[in-house]
Amino acid sequence: MSAVEVIGASKIFNQGKAQQVDALVDVNLTVNQGEFVSLIGPSGCGKSTLLRLIANLLEPTSGSLMVNNKTVSQARLDQDYGMAFQQAGLFDWRTVSKNIELPLELKGWDKEKRAARAAEMLELVKLPEFANLYPWQLSGGMQQRIAIARALAAHPPLLLMDEPFGALDEMTREYMQGELLRICGETATTVVFVTHSIPEAVYLSNRVVVMSPRPGRITSVIDVDLGAKRNEDTRAADGFFRNITAVREALRGTQAEHASANAIRGLEDR
Amino acid sequence: MLARIKNIMVPLSFGVVFLLLWESAVKVFDLKPYFLAAPSKIFEQFTKNTSRIWDATSVSGTNALVGLIIGTILGIAMSFVLSRFSFLNQLITPLAISLNAIPIFVLVAVLNNMYSITSEIPRRFMVTLVVYFIVLVNVAKGLTQVRSTHVELMRSYAASDIEILRKVRVPNAVPYLFTALKVAAPASVITAFVSEYFGGLQNGLGSRITSNIANSKNAAAWAYVLGACLLGLAFYTVSIILESVTRKGETK
Repeated sequence: MSAVEVIGASKIFNQGKAQQVDALVDVNLTVNQGEFVSLIGPSGCGKSTLLRLIANLLEPTSGSLMVNNKTVSQARLDQDYGMAFQQAGLFDWRTVSKNIELPLELKGWDKEKRAARAAEMLELVKLPEFANLYPWQLSGGMQQRIAIARALAAHPPLLLMDEPFGALDEMTREYMQGELLRICGETATTVVFVTHSIPEAVYLSNRVVVMSPRPGRITSVIDVDLGAKRNEDTRAADGFFRNITAVREALRGTQAEHASANAIRGLEDR
Repeated sequence: MLARIKNIMVPLSFGVVFLLLWESAVKVFDLKPYFLAAPSKIFEQFTKNTSRIWDATSVSGTNALVGLIIGTILGIAMSFVLSRFSFLNQLITPLAISLNAIPIFVLVAVLNNMYSITSEIPRRFMVTLVVYFIVLVNVAKGLTQVRSTHVELMRSYAASDIEILRKVRVPNAVPYLFTALKVAAPASVITAFVSEYFGGLQNGLGSRITSNIANSKNAAAWAYVLGACLLGLAFYTVSIILESVTRKGETK
């Protein structure tokens, strides 16, 4: 059974108008159970749009999407996935623990069950002593870990992440990548991960999906052959650099198109 | 503790120095009482007329408080309606802006004509109107300007509009409400005074100030001004205390 199935999905904004944007055209993608898949590409390649189609936060213009063999709208209603964004998006008026409990509240869990699960999730992200603090009392990296704890609180089989570490400094970022792999390993969660960073995509993923803009589409899919066990030594391994080079070369094609598209646009502007 | 004393001492000593300068300026330049009354004379009048000032203060204060409460309730209620139906927002916002742009106190004269001369309703109505728009504009902003990440997150949890309202919009609007109250509380007192200048009952602070000035009792007029200051301060202090109680010591 596949965790995510995207079949011929297209998303066109402002269809038929002057400002028509072909955000995604005829995208096909299958993500298997337990797999970690990154979406990478220059701005405007539709990677965030694709993630929002999977999350059913946007409706596709054409094509179909399935999560756990259900329609995406059913999967959303069943809370079959958790989501994390670049902004941790914690609620300032709720304590850390109450933030993690939010998706469980909406599922109608009772108070004790919620508190127990929140404590369990805080153990998972190694921040149990912060349960009763407010989000603004935590550092950016800690806030993002709480956001991940919240996304996984209902134990969804799928985690959708939109540049979750984009606002963090390099050291915190690498630490968070390690933590994310550990957490997803322990919970056997499938992940679809949007990023701008090539090393991040390679370090985390089983497969890297390279996308290109105008119109947004998948140009290549690269299998990362670094094995299942990854740690800080992976970052220095030969295979790591070989895979980075492979992704970079796949991206270079899209970047060149991107540059020439800009050049043409520059001419038009004149 | 020491820092706290210092925090209080700085403005307090400034106030004392200011009053001393005022007092000595009146003495040194021999300023006539009808031009500028000395603080000592004002204080004398204040202590002599305490019960009268208190009566006038409670009249204006009650008007301000009634208007503040009704205006806040109506403002909150309307902001919920506006945030739900955006077309109403486009209808009401220009009205709110134009009402704030004209000196709406003049409406009191019209209202005085509508009700009997002994009625407190025109002033309370005036305060209500001023408070209503301050609360409405701010709370509506708090209900609508929520972070897009929060809304997307709630939608990813399959939350209904009512749940988004309860768990995101309302908590987001609470600080906006207290910001509005901090502006509206002193404004309600000012509106209550100024409304008294347009006729009607002559029992509030505003009318006492004008009648004392008309009789060249400047020091007495200033004593009533002092009462007005204290009333405004009391309203402001209460709004700040309310805010700190509800925000659970949160500081950003």
